[in-house]
Amino acid sequence: MSEAVLSEQTKRVSYGDTRAKVLKLFNLGDTAFHILTKSCAVAVLVLLGGVIVSLIHGSAPALREFGLGFLTSQSWNPVTEKFGAAPAIYGTLVTSFIALLIAAPMGFGIAVFLTELCPYQLRRPVGIAVELLAGIPSIIYGIWGMFVLAPFLQEHVQPGLIAAFAGVPWLENVFSGPPYGIGIATASIILAIMILPLVSSISRDVFETVPPVLKEAAYGVGCTRWEVMRRIVAPYTGVGLVGGIMLALGRALGETMAVTFVIGNAHKISPSILGPGTTISATIANEFTEADGALYTSSLIALGLLLFVITFFVLAASRLLLARIQRQEGR
Amino acid sequence: MTESPAQETASPVPESETQPLPQQPVNPGAPAREALAGAALPLKMSVRNLDFFYGDNQALKSVNVPLYDRHATAFIGPSGCGKSTLLRVLNRMYDLYPGQRATGDVLLDGENVLDPKLDLNSLRARVGMVFQKPTPFPMTIYENIAFGVRLYENLGKADMDDRVEKALRGAAIWDEVKDKLNASGLSLSGGQQQRLCIARTVAIQPEVILFDEPCSALDPISTAKVEELIDELRNHYTIAIVTHNMQQAVRVSQYTAFMYLGEMVEFGETGQIFQTPRESRTQDYITGRFG
Amino acid sequence: MALAATRKLRSSIAMTACVAAAAIGLIALALILGALLWNGFTSLNLAVFTQNTPPPGAAGGLLNAIVGSLIMTSLGVAIGAPLGLLAGTYMAEYGRYSKLTTVVRFINDILLSAPSIVIGLFVYEITVMQMGHFSGLAGAIALALLVVPVVVRTTEDMLNLVPGGLREAAASLGLPRALIIRHIAYKAARAGLITGLLLAVARVSGETAPLLFTALNNQFFSTNLNAPMASLPAVIFQFALSPYKDWQNLAWAGALLITVTVLALSITARILGAQKTSK
Repeated sequence: MSEAVLSEQTKRVSYGDTRAKVLKLFNLGDTAFHILTKSCAVAVLVLLGGVIVSLIHGSAPALREFGLGFLTSQSWNPVTEKFGAAPAIYGTLVTSFIALLIAAPMGFGIAVFLTELCPYQLRRPVGIAVELLAGIPSIIYGIWGMFVLAPFLQEHVQPGLIAAFAGVPWLENVFSGPPYGIGIATASIILAIMILPLVSSISRDVFETVPPVLKEAAYGVGCTRWEVMRRIVAPYTGVGLVGGIMLALGRALGETMAVTFVIGNAHKISPSILGPGTTISATIANEFTEADGALYTSSLIALGLLLFVITFFVLAASRLLLARIQRQEGR
Repeated sequence: MTESPAQETASPVPESETQPLPQQPVNPGAPAREALAGAALPLKMSVRNLDFFYGDNQALKSVNVPLYDRHATAFIGPSGCGKSTLLRVLNRMYDLYPGQRATGDVLLDGENVLDPKLDLNSLRARVGMVFQKPTPFPMTIYENIAFGVRLYENLGKADMDDRVEKALRGAAIWDEVKDKLNASGLSLSGGQQQRLCIARTVAIQPEVILFDEPCSALDPISTAKVEELIDELRNHYTIAIVTHNMQQAVRVSQYTAFMYLGEMVEFGETGQIFQTPRESRTQDYITGRFG
Repeated sequence: MALAATRKLRSSIAMTACVAAAAIGLIALALILGALLWNGFTSLNLAVFTQNTPPPGAAGGLLNAIVGSLIMTSLGVAIGAPLGLLAGTYMAEYGRYSKLTTVVRFINDILLSAPSIVIGLFVYEITVMQMGHFSGLAGAIALALLVVPVVVRTTEDMLNLVPGGLREAAASLGLPRALIIRHIAYKAARAGLITGLLLAVARVSGETAPLLFTALNNQFFSTNLNAPMASLPAVIFQFALSPYKDWQNLAWAGALLITVTVLALSITARILGAQKTSK
């Protein structure tokens, strides 16, 4: 009996010994893993810092040469090495703005359709289809725009537009000139189609944060569907919708491939939206590998820096707004 | 005030945690222990003047309670009285979350559990825990047991098989799973999952096992099995069990602590607490006047 | 009575507009897919997979571009995914309540939607400028940087879905954090983590802009990571803008290949994700 007890005890002791060793190893491994994961998290910050620093470094020669005039100058002449960003900035802002003008109402419409009107069995498949389309690479939209949309607009839409607005003050200029097919307007339409799935799926997600009881209460006092959307859902989700729009805007501003095919790549500010133009990203994509001369390359990098700064603020604003609606939902 | 009942009961054995032989050899003779009950009992864990805070909210107020070696102690009280919190202090589970802190002493074999230098993993390997909801790991039944064992010991295939079987037998679930050891742990019923979790805890040979409302998610038949198991386990382990169910406390524990609003109201032998409670609040609770 | 009628009418008009918007939007998207399928399939043949990109005016295939895309995407994912996984792990586990996590999450969300062409410029500066020439390796690094934010995001989200009780149960066995994460949390979140990986692959397999000035392009078959490398998106870009019919057809075929790949990846990811949440 006592012998058995003794052996039981020694077993416990030696067992405790190995356990202590194992635990020591555990702690070493844990500390190592902790440090490893933390440095990876920090690396994400370093990445962003690296992008900013390298862009500033790369664009320094151009910014030193042109100063603030870089932002306002319209010339883009590789031969005389005079570069100005105004046409690219103009094209970027105008195409994104028109694209939002088209995509935002349509995206809201699709979201309303998906959350309120669509037969229940169709909601999931249509919703999924929209989300899948949001993942299609932008180059696909680009070549469709070039091969299909641009010729169609050139032949069937633009001549009509030009004729219709001829003689109308101001609008005459906006819709003037030969129907090229490609140009600011076409690029805007392609951008609109490209960001449409994004706007739709974010708006739908945002609409779904509205507590059902809130809507039911409104229906309960006799509100029509439209009144429920306008008076209840829209105010409740306003912040989130704006956040979603900003996110789409961020995408549109930085989008390269969908635009490059159809913008026309002309470094000028044309009064007509049917005329060719360029955007920051299209300029970089088209000219970067062929740019010779340090100043040329540097100017293109300066364009990139500009684009990054603009999208950074737009996206930051968007994230802050979307975070607010998520907190609201959490309450 | 609140410390008095706990202190009184603990007073016959104030220094017992420093005894040279805190761990008696395994002796599964229940009658022998009943004889011991009146005399000086070896103390396994001892909570002294424990305060606990969730941020600025104080959840435990100067709690004192002993856990006697190889006995089961039940913690009862209305929801929010701090009994689960107390349990989570005993193995420092609260350390996983920020803003939660404990002050006071929690002694395990005389060693302060709240010591910040203490190795948490070693503590938790000694003080195992079974949760309210069954928490099988996303792996096979066999692996659920072997996984924990393998961390600490290098066993051959045969030894490991043996160990797994012992643990599953110990948790009274062997007969139900012996033909499907390679099935996922998630495929078992709720009651089986809970016993699997107990087997998993037992397999790494802890000294204390904490049960946090282990039967609240189970049906009556599974509950009966788990209760039977807990009663069996106290032959080898020191047990603390939080429960809402007073009959359960009577069935499985030798000591009972009644807590209310973060205070330890009364501690004593289970029979005494339920038959002749000293405190009126205890009386009110066990007779169902609040809770 | 009249008021009620006006309100009803207004509502019907608005709802009709919504249906119309949905119809127009979905039709436009369907038109694009239709054109892609039609032009893609009529241009698709065996040669696309067996021959290299042809000189102007000649027939050929996309073999070198397909291989190049595969190499750079795999390498990009191999570099970017572990980094993203570990960073996401920190955010959901060790650093769940830390200030660093809040900052990293914010920055990562911005990187997630940042213009990929800017990432391309960054990689150009740190690799191409330093090495003195374009290379497949530079392309892979550019793609890796696009993989990171996607994986960080999904890893954090998926690990946050792992029930806290499972972590506590593992901790109660005396497991250190590192083992809880590797053996329990990763296992429980496996489907979600794979979903994130697939989405990341889908994201980069269509990326064009950052490849244009990192990997450039290569008319010939090359697996040399130290030399310019062809990729499907870059070849599509070049060929679609060309005046040659053969090249344009190859561009359509390439576009179809990319789209099918991306859709297959997203659908697989979705099915895996759905299985995960239904449990």
